[in-house]
Amino acid sequence: MLEIKNLHVKLEEEDKQILKGVDLTVEPGKVHAIMGPNGSGKSTLSYVLSGKDGYEVTDGEASLLGEDILDMEPEERAAAGLFLAFQYPVEIPGVGNMTFLRTAVNSQRKSRGEEEMSAADFLKEVRAKAKTLKIDADMLKRPVNVGFSGGEKKRNEILQMAMLEPKMCILDETDSGLDVDAMKLVSDGVNALRDEGRSFLVITHYQRLLDHIKPDVVHIMANGRIIKTGGPELALEVEQNGYADLLEENA
Amino acid sequence: MALPQVKLDATEARLSGLTLPEGGWSAAARADAVARVRAMGLPHARDEYWKYTKPNTLVDAEVPSAALFASDEAPAFGERDRLKIVFVDGVFDAEQSDDLALEGIQIDRLAEASDIHWAKDLYGVLETKGQDPVERPLAALNTAFATDGVLIHVQSSPSKPINLIYRHGQETSDAILHHVIKVDAGAEVTVLENGPAAARFNKCMEVDIADTGKLHHIRLQGRDHERRAATHIFARLGTESVFKSFTLTVNGQLTRNECVIELTGDDAVAHVAGACMGDGSFHHDDTVFITHDAQNCESRQVFKKVLRNGATGVFQGKILVKPDAQKTDGYQISQSLLLDDDSQFLAKPELEIYADDVACSHGSTSGAIDDDALFYLRARGVPLEIAQDLMVIAFIAEAVQEVEDESLQEEIVGRVEGWLARRRG
Ligand SMILES: Nc1ncnc2c1ncn2[C@@H]1O[C@H](COP(=O)(O)OP(=O)(O)OP(=O)(O)O)[C@@H](O)[C@H]1O
Ligand SMILES: [Mg+2]
Repeated sequence: MLEIKNLHVKLEEEDKQILKGVDLTVEPGKVHAIMGPNGSGKSTLSYVLSGKDGYEVTDGEASLLGEDILDMEPEERAAAGLFLAFQYPVEIPGVGNMTFLRTAVNSQRKSRGEEEMSAADFLKEVRAKAKTLKIDADMLKRPVNVGFSGGEKKRNEILQMAMLEPKMCILDETDSGLDVDAMKLVSDGVNALRDEGRSFLVITHYQRLLDHIKPDVVHIMANGRIIKTGGPELALEVEQNGYADLLEENA
Repeated sequence: MALPQVKLDATEARLSGLTLPEGGWSAAARADAVARVRAMGLPHARDEYWKYTKPNTLVDAEVPSAALFASDEAPAFGERDRLKIVFVDGVFDAEQSDDLALEGIQIDRLAEASDIHWAKDLYGVLETKGQDPVERPLAALNTAFATDGVLIHVQSSPSKPINLIYRHGQETSDAILHHVIKVDAGAEVTVLENGPAAARFNKCMEVDIADTGKLHHIRLQGRDHERRAATHIFARLGTESVFKSFTLTVNGQLTRNECVIELTGDDAVAHVAGACMGDGSFHHDDTVFITHDAQNCESRQVFKKVLRNGATGVFQGKILVKPDAQKTDGYQISQSLLLDDDSQFLAKPELEIYADDVACSHGSTSGAIDDDALFYLRARGVPLEIAQDLMVIAFIAEAVQEVEDESLQEEIVGRVEGWLARRRG
């Protein structure tokens, strides 16, 4: 599904190397988790994969379903099936949540040569999906993320994911800012989307999320590299001992 | 104080090219206005109030020509039931207009109202009042020389809006129109304006709203590229009355929209808003002066300018709160969205407050489209150009939302979308 080889990334504006050779392969239908200390490059990896400006790939490659994505525009990557649930969802005053979602769904369909979704079908589907995430009608009507609480923003990300039905979902700290119940809601939302043809890359600091969304593989990222890969037990190890030992092993 | 010679010469040159219409009841007001124009002199580039906008083409005796513009869009407000009043190059067109009859209102043409008329108490009166503390000579010129206009007396709420439609027929037309609108207590009316009026257009609208009266004013200026326009609104608001004015301007070589509002009765509400879309040799100036002279009144000024390709936007806005105007709620925001580095926005927001118990805020910003928001939209699959359009529409939303009627809001947004789409070819 997603194949990253030897990815090196620096900041465009500064001479600062952030990713220093990331290798990662996520197979179809699998859930991979990435953990790692603050500032290790997890969000940078997710941004570079989704096409954000400001980063320069100095070496390596990344492909989605066999297609090189690094030269694509962000919207092309999205249409190809990539989705990033942002660590910090952006507020967009003046753009209604519904307008935004419908434009996104239909833009993707259009670029894949599929038929656009009718207003009525869209409304029906978004209402049903919002309901399972306990997102009320009022939130749907408001401008994108404006005035949403931290947890509401994260639920809104999952709603977008549910509507767009991407193939490769990257979740960047979707659990941060969620209360216990919301964490369950969001996890259920994610689990409902689990499918043979869909993969997840879950970035998190806490084992708690991984209790709900059970990963097949866990990676530890430090200083711009994946320094260790293992099974779910690796997350438990981090939870108990922190990163010190792992970092030392790699020093 | 004697006027500088250049100003004197320019004023006399302009006056000599104009003929004073036979005034009837308005003759005295017109004669007075001529005298006031002579005393003030017409605007000059060195005038403080014209610091950001060159007035010469609005003043010159000779009219700069403007190519006629054939629009490929559906006519504005075309879908709604309305009373149409059409002026071609500033001349009333009876054929294209509806019967000037609508229950609850009396409509007369300025050019025809020859005998004593209710408008005598207002014509040039609000304009004269609006000359203090800042002179607005083009408005006085208008009072003196307006060839026509409508006098609308709203006695009770009419069943449909009144639509003033302007058409441009000749490349060097120089139109001067003066409207007077009087809204009686408890009456509510909507006045729509649209269309390219002339190569050069000087328009003045005097509005008097009695206690609890309401006037909604929605204006679409454009899309003619070469026209020049100077417009004035002078509004006086009584107790608990409401005046809401919104203007969308697309294109135009030069537009100066002045709005002078006086809140004279307690609990009155005045909102003036505007959005403009400018590309290339486009200069758009909103100059607003709101005076709070009663208690517990609310005023809002919301102006949004989208500029590209070297376009210029100007905002001069003032809130004056008189000593007795306690509990004033004044808000003013002017913002520009610069779609490239060549465009510019010049703003002069002012507050002058003499009462102690007031809440006034103002702000002015200028910036590009937010990159993070743009990326967020694109990351969801929205193509760059559509994402940019969404951001532009979002930018003007606060101004558009000043229009109460949602279907009018939609029509306005639709026109803006059209403007954006045309620029993508
Ligand atoms: N645009 C930028 N400008 C400057 N520094 C940046 C930029 N983007 C990332 N960095 C730096 O790169 C490093 C990696 O940041 P990144 O956000 O990817 O970390 P992270 O692993 O997601 O951390 P966290 O767990 O705190 O979310 C940090 O040192 C960060 O300060
Ligand atoms: Mg991060």
